[in-house]
Amino acid sequence: MEVDVARKILDTNDAHAGQNRERFAAAGVFVLNMMSSPGSGKTTLLEKTLVRIMPKIRCGVIVGDICTTNDADRLARSGAPVTQINTDAFGGDCHLAAHVIGKAADAFDLENLDLLIVENIGNLVCPAEFDIGENARTVVLSVTEGEDKPAKYPHMFRKCDSAVLNKTDLLPYLDFDMAAAEGFIHQVHPDMPIFQLSAKTEEGLSPWLNWLTTQVAENRSAR
Amino acid sequence: MHEMGIAMQVVKIAADSIPEHIQNPRVEQVNLKIGKLSSVVPDSLRFCFEVITKGTPLEGAVLNIDVAPVVARCRDCGMEWTIEDAVFRCKECNSGSVEVISGRELDIISIEIAD
Repeated sequence: MEVDVARKILDTNDAHAGQNRERFAAAGVFVLNMMSSPGSGKTTLLEKTLVRIMPKIRCGVIVGDICTTNDADRLARSGAPVTQINTDAFGGDCHLAAHVIGKAADAFDLENLDLLIVENIGNLVCPAEFDIGENARTVVLSVTEGEDKPAKYPHMFRKCDSAVLNKTDLLPYLDFDMAAAEGFIHQVHPDMPIFQLSAKTEEGLSPWLNWLTTQVAENRSAR
Repeated sequence: MHEMGIAMQVVKIAADSIPEHIQNPRVEQVNLKIGKLSSVVPDSLRFCFEVITKGTPLEGAVLNIDVAPVVARCRDCGMEWTIEDAVFRCKECNSGSVEVISGRELDIISIEIAD
């Protein structure tokens, strides 16, 4: 006997994401989901970003890692409220699901935040599949990775709204072909804004900050 | 990598879909539709499914996975085509304004229960 089901496998996650989105919109907070491979420099980029945009923009951060609170400790020095999510001490989940974000958001006074940044678990595959109720997504790629990563992980690069090419201070020591990397990104996602920068030296940081603060301002004025 | 989570959701939805009046139900097949752009590896999903269905009404069920191609449509000229090589630019007019109309599916279509 055949029984029709006709459901989305991730409909439970999507429902939680929808609830998060309504809650964030009601509080007027803009939520950015940052994703990348492990070691692309997300945490350093965030540290530098928070220092530059706070306190004018009131920020909070949710950090996802399989294990340890090292990233949260680093980010907390900025003065922003930070919540660490550990998916599991030994292995654990490869992404942050919407219900996990919903629970983590309880730790914040959302009404008094303009921007909530979610530093997702380092992984270019799984986080792309899970809506968490965010307003925008950014993928960070470092120049120590292959130029063709966007073509290898098209789902991630399609889903995101902007891309950061980090660690440009290392370019003199690498064979990284910047034009090829941008070509691969635009092949998968034409017209996606790309920010070449070095979070370490802060060179090229301004265009990225402008993009981010513009998004937050537009969200605020849309209220 | 997240195939275990996906498999768990499939099993939950399939188990919830078994009509209540059936005594000792045994699910023989589970039919899924998975788009090529959703980052799911069918073999990994089958493996996870097999592991977690042991001792449930779904034990031994065949997981049929219909893999949906990535189909795009150009917002400018209306051209529709199947994307094979992750190039999201219109083949006809070179526009970058392209929407994916199929290829993201992650759906459970139906289950088949032994009579």
